[in-house]
Amino acid sequence: MGLLDKQFNNSNVIITSLDNLLNWARLSSLWQMQFGLACCAIEMMATAASHYDFDRFGVIPRATPRQSDVMIVAGTVTLKMASRIKRLYDQMSEPRYVISMGSCSNCGGPYWEHGYHVLKGVDRVIPVDVYVPGCPPRPEALMEGLIKLQEKIRNESLVKKTT
Amino acid sequence: MPDTLTAPIKTSTGRALRTEEMVINMGPQHPSTHGVLRLELVVDGEIVVDVIPHIGYLHRCFEKHAEHMTNYQQVIPYCDRMDYVAAMNMELGYALAVEKLLGIKVPDRVEYIRVIMAELQRIASHLIAAGTYGLDIGAFTPFLYMFRDRERILDLFETTCGARLLYNYIWVGGVSHDLPPGFIDKAKAFCKYFRPKIKEYNDLLTFNEIFVKRTANVGVLPADVAIAYGCSGPMLRGSGVNWDLRRDDPYSIYDRFQWQPQIGKGEMGTVGDCWDRYIVRIREMEQSINIIEQALEQIPEGDVMSAIPKRIRPNAGEVYVRTESARGELGYYIISDGSTSPYRVKARSPSFVNLSVLPEICRGSMIADVVAITGSTDIVLGEVDR
Repeated sequence: MGLLDKQFNNSNVIITSLDNLLNWARLSSLWQMQFGLACCAIEMMATAASHYDFDRFGVIPRATPRQSDVMIVAGTVTLKMASRIKRLYDQMSEPRYVISMGSCSNCGGPYWEHGYHVLKGVDRVIPVDVYVPGCPPRPEALMEGLIKLQEKIRNESLVKKTT
Repeated sequence: MPDTLTAPIKTSTGRALRTEEMVINMGPQHPSTHGVLRLELVVDGEIVVDVIPHIGYLHRCFEKHAEHMTNYQQVIPYCDRMDYVAAMNMELGYALAVEKLLGIKVPDRVEYIRVIMAELQRIASHLIAAGTYGLDIGAFTPFLYMFRDRERILDLFETTCGARLLYNYIWVGGVSHDLPPGFIDKAKAFCKYFRPKIKEYNDLLTFNEIFVKRTANVGVLPADVAIAYGCSGPMLRGSGVNWDLRRDDPYSIYDRFQWQPQIGKGEMGTVGDCWDRYIVRIREMEQSINIIEQALEQIPEGDVMSAIPKRIRPNAGEVYVRTESARGELGYYIISDGSTSPYRVKARSPSFVNLSVLPEICRGSMIADVVAITGSTDIVLGEVDR
């Protein structure tokens, strides 16, 4: 999370207004890390292209982790790739979010049983915010996943949660 | 190489400056490597001395899965996921191999449906190849245009089998569903729609001055080198070798159609440069439309599944079948031990072989040209690593 997140004990009119502003800004321009792994990357490209137009959600592909807000893990994560994904995630600046796209990165997908070189879910190396099921998910499903992430961001607060 | 590039650099005191080669890492996360390829570039200044491709970032254990499925049909979804850009072509190769092992012949309608699907898939695959190639070079608009037209092909697939990308459509002995009502008309309308679009791509990208400057005379692959490395598909035809398995070793019913394999002629520079490999794909799309149109005219009525048992048990033996996928010669080598599942399935994937020639053609080029050359080989990493 960002520098101010969860730093305040009590909410007041200034903090909650700031919350609204920050959350609106964050969810309206989620720059996505342009990073395709496998089959789902083709659907991710199709989502970004003319027919589905991911741009209208403020999602713009960026080639470097340092400029991106959301990492869409699109495809099978192999053991060889897992350490690289961890490193890329670490290079992203906060606040950062992860969408796990497709069955492979959710849980191993069709490779869960005999895939000796496949990581059984990307959540074993990095925290995931939204899981999008499907093999591969349709572009509509990915958009739904992004809207879910926006809802999640909308409910974030600078106030510490008292449990 | 001009002398000024190779001459030793002098310091102000006249002493020769010590220079050394540098190793640059490109990938596995890089927007232009078309997936998770890692290239280790040894560079002397801006000039590439050597390229060492590192693969295995997408090794998904295809052969292990093929051995562990309970029957032959269950391997088909894994074939899809090897070359996910041209899944129909991958299924077709596997289905033909198992059918040859069984010694069965499929109904005529099935053959036509398969050819129509395979050629539509070839167009879709070449559209991605050309679109992302433009993206690599720096042209964003052609990518959008080509994905627009690709969506129409995906719509046709979707009405047929319900999937957009990975179909599990071509089964051993037939196809999973018959063509839906109205498919023939829709496909004909697509052909009519698509033909003029090729000219649009040419105006946008193919003859664009910047694009030609970036691709002509870059990454020249001579015909003898291409043959020596075992390249196939547009990579080989781009070097001027007239070799297409659909014509030279016809499988399915490809011998019934009138069409011409396309070869690179060096129109913009040397034969076998990046532009030639690109133009071969563009012209192949036109030929695929020719095949589809003929197939749509000739397609007969009939069954879409031959009468084979649910659990097939081929006799012990081995078989090798090669087909022309969108990327080149796709071969399946299957060994059967007489049980219900294959003993071994080995895929000879075109991308893997085409990738092996990369160091050969990258040497001596600029770093920026490595991107142009890698894009022109049109590899799919799922198929390289399997």
